[in-house]
Amino acid sequence: MRLSHIYHLGIKELWGLWRDPILLILIVYSFTLSVYTGSTAMPETLNRAAVAIVDEDRSPVSTRVSTAFYPPYFVPPQMITPAEMDRRMDQGLDTFALDIPPNFQTDLLARRSPTIQLNVDATRMSQAFSGNGYIQQIVTGEVSGFLDRHRSEQKLPVDLVLRARFNAELNKGWFGAVMNVITNITILSIVLTGAALIREREHGTVEHLLVMPVTPFEIMVSKVWSMGLVVLLASAVSLVFIVKGVLAVPVQGSFALFLLATALQLFATTSMGILLATIAGSMPQFGLLLMLVLLPLQALSGGMTPRESMPEIIQNIMLAAPNTHFVILAQAVLFRDAGLDVVWPQLLALLVIGAILFAFAMRRFRAFLK
Amino acid sequence: MADPDRAGLPPAELVVRLNAVTLSYGKTKALDDVTLDIPSGCMAGLVGPDGVGKSSLLSLVAGARAVQAGRLEVLGGDIADAGHRRRICPRIAYMPQGLGKNLYPTLSVFENVDFFGRLFGHDRKERERRIASLLKSTGLAPFAERPAGKLSGGMKQKLGLCCALIHDPDLLILDEPTTGVDPLSRRQFWELIDEIRTDRPGMSVIVATAYMEEAARFDWLVAMDAGRVLATGTPDELLEKTGVDTLDAAFIALLPEELRREHHDVVIPPRPEGASDDIAIEANNLTMRFGDFVAVDNVSFRIGRGEIFGFLGSNGCGKTTTMKMLTGLLAASEGTAKLFGREVDPRDMEVRHRVGYMSQAFSLYTELTVLQNLELHAKLFGMAADTIPDRIEELAERFDLTGVMEALPDALPLGVRQRLSLAVALIHSPDILILDEPTSGVDPVARDSFWQILVDLSRNEQVTIFISTHFMNEAMRCDRMSLMHAGKVLISDTPAGIMKSRSASTLEEAFIAYLEEAIAGAKQAAPAVVRAKAPLEPVAERQAGTRRSSKSRVFDIGRMFSYTRREALELVRDPIRATLATIGTVILMFVIGYGINMDVEDLTFAVLDHDQTTTSREYILEIAGSRYFIEKDPIIDYADLDRRMRNGELSLAIEIPPGFARDAARGNTVEIAAWIDGAMASRAETVKGYVQGLHAHWLTGKIRERYGAAATTGSFKIETRFRYNPDVKSIVAMVPAVIPLLLMLIPAMLSALSVVREKELGSIVNLYVSPVTRLEFLVGKQIPYIALAMLNFVLLTAFAIFVFRVPFTGSLLTWTVAGLIYVSAATAMGLVISTFMSSQIAAIFGTAILTLIPAIQYSGMIDPVSSLEGAGAFIGQIYPTTHFMTIARGTFSKALGFGDLAGAFVPMLIAVPVLLVIGTLSLKKQAR
Repeated sequence: MRLSHIYHLGIKELWGLWRDPILLILIVYSFTLSVYTGSTAMPETLNRAAVAIVDEDRSPVSTRVSTAFYPPYFVPPQMITPAEMDRRMDQGLDTFALDIPPNFQTDLLARRSPTIQLNVDATRMSQAFSGNGYIQQIVTGEVSGFLDRHRSEQKLPVDLVLRARFNAELNKGWFGAVMNVITNITILSIVLTGAALIREREHGTVEHLLVMPVTPFEIMVSKVWSMGLVVLLASAVSLVFIVKGVLAVPVQGSFALFLLATALQLFATTSMGILLATIAGSMPQFGLLLMLVLLPLQALSGGMTPRESMPEIIQNIMLAAPNTHFVILAQAVLFRDAGLDVVWPQLLALLVIGAILFAFAMRRFRAFLK
Repeated sequence: MADPDRAGLPPAELVVRLNAVTLSYGKTKALDDVTLDIPSGCMAGLVGPDGVGKSSLLSLVAGARAVQAGRLEVLGGDIADAGHRRRICPRIAYMPQGLGKNLYPTLSVFENVDFFGRLFGHDRKERERRIASLLKSTGLAPFAERPAGKLSGGMKQKLGLCCALIHDPDLLILDEPTTGVDPLSRRQFWELIDEIRTDRPGMSVIVATAYMEEAARFDWLVAMDAGRVLATGTPDELLEKTGVDTLDAAFIALLPEELRREHHDVVIPPRPEGASDDIAIEANNLTMRFGDFVAVDNVSFRIGRGEIFGFLGSNGCGKTTTMKMLTGLLAASEGTAKLFGREVDPRDMEVRHRVGYMSQAFSLYTELTVLQNLELHAKLFGMAADTIPDRIEELAERFDLTGVMEALPDALPLGVRQRLSLAVALIHSPDILILDEPTSGVDPVARDSFWQILVDLSRNEQVTIFISTHFMNEAMRCDRMSLMHAGKVLISDTPAGIMKSRSASTLEEAFIAYLEEAIAGAKQAAPAVVRAKAPLEPVAERQAGTRRSSKSRVFDIGRMFSYTRREALELVRDPIRATLATIGTVILMFVIGYGINMDVEDLTFAVLDHDQTTTSREYILEIAGSRYFIEKDPIIDYADLDRRMRNGELSLAIEIPPGFARDAARGNTVEIAAWIDGAMASRAETVKGYVQGLHAHWLTGKIRERYGAAATTGSFKIETRFRYNPDVKSIVAMVPAVIPLLLMLIPAMLSALSVVREKELGSIVNLYVSPVTRLEFLVGKQIPYIALAMLNFVLLTAFAIFVFRVPFTGSLLTWTVAGLIYVSAATAMGLVISTFMSSQIAAIFGTAILTLIPAIQYSGMIDPVSSLEGAGAFIGQIYPTTHFMTIARGTFSKALGFGDLAGAFVPMLIAVPVLLVIGTLSLKKQAR
């Protein structure tokens, strides 16, 4: 192994990328616009939830409830008739429908304990729970406020003071922006190394390399470092200018530590790209394989939904994926300002996974060249 | 050849007229103000070096490339006029350069011809008759079932010819049809053309060729150089004009003065006596097997130092494999190869420093400039950094590359690229040069200067040269040579010795004699390779077959289906792709269905309890007892709290103040503090909701305890009905949503690649030159992928219902119809993406980005579209996935049918034609 070979071959890879304008445009797009739109479009947990109200009472208290829903949590409620309610929910127009029964106020004041019905479209899991909680709170608050003016209530003076740490406003876009960067890091590094390798084979240039005094190891390392470097730079730029700059996400932790982790992650994913390329025979097969690998990586690494709520077996399987550790680490470093003392297990895991993938890819790569 | 009376006469009619035609690629001018008339009814040849614009001219005439400037008339009309192009394209047949470039390698011989027949709208009977006749006359009939990719070069060209002739063209355009084909196949090819022309005397043929001996047989020649026409006329006229006796010499004489000056006849000094004592290359019983197939069979030879050793043979006879074994690229199955007495070992880096190798295809980096290519190789061969610039300069001068050092190889003519390849192979001053058909497709001047370099290397620097070639005049220049056929060496001797042994007057004759002998020997075992001479059917009968009148129709179902059929066949031949596409989606459904879980449970929390009373413990139990939370070890102090939240161990931390129980009992206000990990906002929101709920529940319990049940009968109740998914299970919500996601990603990727692949591999030219319209092309290619996606659809639906046990409550018919429309939109989306991409990498990447993100984030899979904002919301509203998602949830969970979901059908129904129109408009019917 000679470092100069690895260096020169890597420079060659960089030139190859530089001369492919479409790829360059896609890289720029995915680390700027795509991250930007991805995070600004990402709603707060309960953002502009569609709510409709069937007011069969038309009393002061029901009016008070109806006027209590406003943006950003809810869109101004639609006042509908009972007949419309089912149809609108079927069409997916409303996520919540509140039905205030006739004589609600009368029954309330007479302590007959009337019931308000809240219909929730439970196929919209992300809003169903939290929205239900919010609406109950709002309705209870308004009704209590109404009642307070009419009679006094027995109360316990215990308050719960809730504070969200690391992201006080629970702004989902913050996390979304960083997750988008992570997704792009994974997609790009796999595509750049894997597809480039298949293209080299289709064009016969890999064979050409082999008659020269270079080893497969040198060829592979050169691909890993050069493409890794491109993605590392792109993600650093994206994080500084797009995430911190344009999106103004208060990323806290050590930038250097995050970049170190990104480098390790790239070591693993570029190796994975080469591995996939050696498994796939042609470009269409590689494209499919890519989808089969990317989707689970993105969906199950804990970036979209919390790991805790996945089945135990999937949690365990996903420990073998570099993304899982990278996502945990990114949350800890960027949002919770965690240091090396906290995230070293993730760094170690990334290193081990990367080394295994690299060794495996190396074996396949040698066979691939034969 | 052909009609001798006609050859000398001035052409009566013109088939092609060029008037001041200019074509540029960026800054390079391929054709520079060319004005030319090509007579009809004869065989016209274009001769000249590569890169002078022969191929460009032919592609313009065929209508495959758009005219940039000037006027070009073909078959009596302006080719720039789309209407005229459509009318005449059934009368033109075009065979592009490159062996089998417009063929489909996985399709069989029969299926390839059949595809072209369908494109031109022949009915079944007519097609079968024509195909049978064509295959019989080209001798391909015994190989009708063999995939085109597995044919030899000569057979590929014959197949290309069959495909071109299937529709009885009036103008046949052949771009270097015999380049890279062995002499026997070449002879057979021209005999075939002669016969066809005898049968169809009215047909005009335009051929570009690099072989001057072939050009001598044509009726009329155009000599070209540097994008300009040098001279036109019959071969005899050209010879007369220049006063030389061969066309090679005539061409050189026609060149402008400054180019001619560079040309010298190659003079080969005899090898000095006694120089061959040193054995440079030695092969002993080399054998290579690929499975059952013996590619190289027991080959032995010895080559002395400084010798030029030629290797001749038909395509696929094992030349390249032998060379690869010599370089260590392939490990021999049996036998040994030695270089300078050392056995070739692929791991031995030392040997590689002594060998320079130039492979058949240009295999340098097209993304590096000439200078960068040379530098890279110099560095990889470990040359000292200070010697590199001098060496590069020396080579650049020697190979005449000085002017193009900053150019990219793709922009250079083939001859220059070959010189670059040789320069690269020589950069480290190797002792042995192994050259695999280095001059294939290179013009005479360039070839001679190339050979002059080889001769200098051999004689002056004692470099051993091992070279394979198709050119007989090149073979004559070798010191010794081997004839190879079907993996075996037929004979090794000096060229003169070989001619003598067969008492032939030319090497070509001797070669063909040896080949025929070898083939006759093998005939008993294998089916005939020599074609059975079968005359083409009489013209009258052949033309009796009616062409369908639908030819110029804007949309023709038959042509569309010919693409559908072909694409489907290719898909069937690539079972890995189809399997990945079907099984893959099912796997993904499992992964995502189980993985994306909104039931946030088992959250970790811990308490910093300053109070340590029964009341505080009760409060903690309230939380720990719920199914949402798991209690961890108590928090010791604030530092502990901070550390454990920072490393993500705790999602929730609760602090109960000192005197909590006492103050609460006295009615003083106390505050319990709770911290939530906000790094992941959605989880934090859920935690917040849970904690508030539990807190309220605890309060109610306490109040009841203290003031009696009456206090809590409550003023009113809120009854929550979770509709459509009463148990609020993630699987019920997610699985139907995963189907739209997967049916977007996979079909879009497949259809995008199917088009871009044609662009990258060259078969897109069939779209350019055949009557098929863009819409027919796109829809035709789309249909098999729609079918595949529907298979996916059925599989996914079945898995959702029977394996995931998601109740299906709505109308199955509605769901299926929606599925069909949706996958049509998804594949159309892939087609649109494909029209903008030129490489498969970009297509994969682009499709991934343009489908994955909108489908996951903007289509209501997790967050309802009504909650999105900005660009995301806009994309979400028009993206087909959004609407199919509504239908998925409607039919699965909400028991809905057509009537209720009409609103979601409309945008999808609009999307399909809109996408197809965008795709059609952005797809180009001609190269630019």
